[in-house]
Amino acid sequence: MSGDHILSVDRLSMRFGGIVAVNDLSFNAERRKITALIGPNGAGKTTVFNCITGFYKPTSGAMRLVHDDGHAIRLERLNDFRISKLARVARTFQNIRLFPGMTALENLMVAQHNALMRASGLTFLGLIGAPSWRNAEQAAIDLARTWLDRIGLLDRADEAAGNLPYGDQRRLEIARAMCTKPALLCLDEPAAGLNARESAALSELLLSIRTDHGTSILLIEHDMSVVMEISDHVVVMDHGVKIAEGTPQQIRDDPKVIAAYLGTDEEEAIAVMESGT
Amino acid sequence: MSAPPAAQTSRAPGAAFIFKKALISALVALVLFSLMIGVRTEAGPQGQLIYWTRFGDLAAMVATVFGGSIVFELLRQWWGPVGTIRVVPPAVQSTLSLAGRLIAPVLLVFTFLVPVIFYNERYILDLGILVLTYVMLGWGLNVVVGLAGLLDLGYVAFYAVGAYSYALLATNFGLSFWICLPLAGILAAFWGVLLGFPVLRLRGDYLAIVTLAFGEIIRLVLLNWQSVTGGPNGVTGIPRPTLFGIPLSAGDDGLAAILGIEYSPTHRIVFLFYIILALALLTNWVTIRLRRLPIGRAWEALREDEVACRALGINTTTTKLTAFATGAMFGGFAGAFFATRQGFISPESFTFHESALVLAIVVLGGMGSQLGVALAALAMIGGFELFRGLDQYRMLVFGMAMVLLMIWRPRGLIGHRAPTVFLKHNQAISSDLVKEGHG
Amino acid sequence: MDYFAQQLINGLVLGSIYGLIAIGYTMVYGIVGMINFAHGDIFMIGGFIALITFLILVSFGLTAVPLILLIVLLVSMAITALYGWTVERIAYRPLRHSFRLAPMLSAIGMSFVLTNFSQVAQGARVKPVPPIITGGYTLHEGAEGFVVQLSNVQIIVVITTVVLLALFTWLVSSTRLGRDMRACEQDQTMASLLGVDVDRTISMTFVIGAALAAVAGMMYLLYYGLVDFFMGFVAGIKAFTAAVLGGIGSLPGAMLGGLLIGLIETLWSAYFSVEYKDVAAFSILIVVLIFLPTGLLGRPEVEKV
Repeated sequence: MSGDHILSVDRLSMRFGGIVAVNDLSFNAERRKITALIGPNGAGKTTVFNCITGFYKPTSGAMRLVHDDGHAIRLERLNDFRISKLARVARTFQNIRLFPGMTALENLMVAQHNALMRASGLTFLGLIGAPSWRNAEQAAIDLARTWLDRIGLLDRADEAAGNLPYGDQRRLEIARAMCTKPALLCLDEPAAGLNARESAALSELLLSIRTDHGTSILLIEHDMSVVMEISDHVVVMDHGVKIAEGTPQQIRDDPKVIAAYLGTDEEEAIAVMESGT
Repeated sequence: MSAPPAAQTSRAPGAAFIFKKALISALVALVLFSLMIGVRTEAGPQGQLIYWTRFGDLAAMVATVFGGSIVFELLRQWWGPVGTIRVVPPAVQSTLSLAGRLIAPVLLVFTFLVPVIFYNERYILDLGILVLTYVMLGWGLNVVVGLAGLLDLGYVAFYAVGAYSYALLATNFGLSFWICLPLAGILAAFWGVLLGFPVLRLRGDYLAIVTLAFGEIIRLVLLNWQSVTGGPNGVTGIPRPTLFGIPLSAGDDGLAAILGIEYSPTHRIVFLFYIILALALLTNWVTIRLRRLPIGRAWEALREDEVACRALGINTTTTKLTAFATGAMFGGFAGAFFATRQGFISPESFTFHESALVLAIVVLGGMGSQLGVALAALAMIGGFELFRGLDQYRMLVFGMAMVLLMIWRPRGLIGHRAPTVFLKHNQAISSDLVKEGHG
Repeated sequence: MDYFAQQLINGLVLGSIYGLIAIGYTMVYGIVGMINFAHGDIFMIGGFIALITFLILVSFGLTAVPLILLIVLLVSMAITALYGWTVERIAYRPLRHSFRLAPMLSAIGMSFVLTNFSQVAQGARVKPVPPIITGGYTLHEGAEGFVVQLSNVQIIVVITTVVLLALFTWLVSSTRLGRDMRACEQDQTMASLLGVDVDRTISMTFVIGAALAAVAGMMYLLYYGLVDFFMGFVAGIKAFTAAVLGGIGSLPGAMLGGLLIGLIETLWSAYFSVEYKDVAAFSILIVVLIFLPTGLLGRPEVEKV
């Protein structure tokens, strides 16, 4: 594998008391590619995400993020909001976490908080309505409008996010993450609960995010049709360790992967095999 | 609306049911009041306790509960079950929404005219000042509780800091009200940050109890630090505000003498009325402005989902701190005004009751709604004044009203949220969707 | 040293009273997740009912102190428990699944109602009673003539607390009601699906909490020899502080918190200044919460993302 890696996870471990959720995991995510993290339920995928995005502090291991300009950041040394602010890693959540009482547009405006804070002169320029602030605000609204258009929610921009249908909420959450202008976008089961048509639209959206914006994507997904269709690289986890990685084709034929799925959930294992035929 | 069958049968209970319920209520009341009302204790002439019975009062109370229970049940049947969606015809709806839009400007114009209309009614002017003070406090606390979703039960501490800042600066250093006003706000904000910094990572009720404790600490320190604060005697002789250095007094250098009009103490009342009105409107303006700025949106986002905020790179600690400091600052302004209006302050004015009252105004107003808070302040303070004649029963009635209002409108008077930015339609969001924060 | 020992005894006795009130807070918080702001006033009502019952019994010529104490205890527990039930029924049950601040405010309203109800019904003046239980033991006589004393009242307060605590722990751990309470604490919806009468269980929680507060009220009356309509507020805040300090939702935590607050308050008054004893208690609460955000024995909150 030639290595323009945006993210290198090196020997990552995460323990909760006596439970080892992630054990000595190493993998890389390539720049401007879609990397999928798959595995049976309880394999530790979301824990990896929470470590990468700063919600958990890993017990040991290193996570290195390299920006386009070559600037490298050690993610395990940042915490909390700084991962998103400084390292520009954005994420979505398995169980959608929008701001339900705010409109779709407002959700996208909140996502541009740090840029707008600077533009508003830490509120003071904004308070007096300085022209520079007005321009920045208009630019933010335009960016939000562009994203709303791309996810097909322009007509529902002024509706409360909590009132939108489930599939729209999923897409809105992705758009919100994109409004932070991330270098790496982490998606936790974006296709969960979507029907076949919505899944297809999602695949298209993710591919365009990768191609048109040059944003690298790290993806946790159970929907194998989505994984196999859009991933450039797949990492398979089971019981906190990596059991395989490779191209979708390689993963599809890997007996270890099939065994891991068969050991836990028959339907998923069948899905893995069928997606190959 | 389709109700489950169980609800339908209980919708129209028979007379026997109502009677039974009333009987049970009366029995409960009999036990509850048996000793508390049936027997009256008092320290006798030699200091020993004596008691006498009041079975007449007890019987009257029990009878009242019995009757009240019947009336309540009948009313409830007539009113229908809670949660019924009433179909409102579109014409009425549009009239209502028009009225809703008109109410704020009408109220504002009326408030401006109050000193003109009621120039000779000192009582109404005083009441107006009082209501406006609470409107301002409500708007200040609204930033913390309504927007940022942080539960602050010690808001009165910042009110006290503002009041004492002005009182002490003015009496010790002779600084004027207009210099002290911003200082009082800054000091209160400073205390807000000081308290906020360590405790804002606490969640929900822990934050509530810590703010409550902080409020009590401030009050106790004011009460006991006699050499500085005057202890329970408070600070007296706090100077009145001046108009660009011209006092509103009866003397030769007073405003009346300079303008060549006859002096009247009402001038000062009117002046104070417009000061607090201006301060309240400033609070309102700043808050409305802030809501449309990234900081205000971050407050509301924090109320909605703190985890999501962190994932978007928002520094939740500083965001909370700014909310706390902003709220505290407005509280400080209100405090300085309170001190200059009263001319005398003591720790007695800054008890937990005040915090609870202001919080009740915010919640009853409908969290986050500026108009709702103003209406709630008017209703609560005005209502409280209406019950002045009840004397010692006033707090009792007030407490009951608080309970009933909460049961009647748990979401407050104005139950929707106005978006801060829109593309096409500025449509209100139902409060059922709006989260209340972890406070 | 003797002085310290004496203060330690006094602090533990006061702490027992706070602990009894704190249990009520912690139980209600555990089961409905809200601060029962009226609980301090329930304690005050308990004190008043104990006082009135005592007066009546004495005026009837009853002289056997143990009998008087037993009757006073039972009557005040029973009537105060009904107060707890009524408060829940009126102010909290209609708001069970509502917006979370609404029940908190109706609780504050209820607290105003109870405070002012006693003021109106029984007058605003402090009600003193002559010492009911006298005597005690001298534990140690120091060289400078300072004596460490353990009064009978103190013994009774501590023994009553220990017995009730044991009874209560048994109730929660080994009875059907206790099981229902723990189930509701975990998940009310699931509990009701499994046949637990959630409303009844919550009512019982308030009843038990109020009964314990009544005991605390009576102990307060015995120990300090007075009650007044405003005592519920400060005692309530401090007991809540104790519950939070111990880790809200944890019963041993409430008792531990109560003892700590009692000790802090007594020792601070003894060695520093009486005026600032409450400031000390509240400051320590703030400091503890900064370093242990869920209290001493509270379960740490795991953030689910």
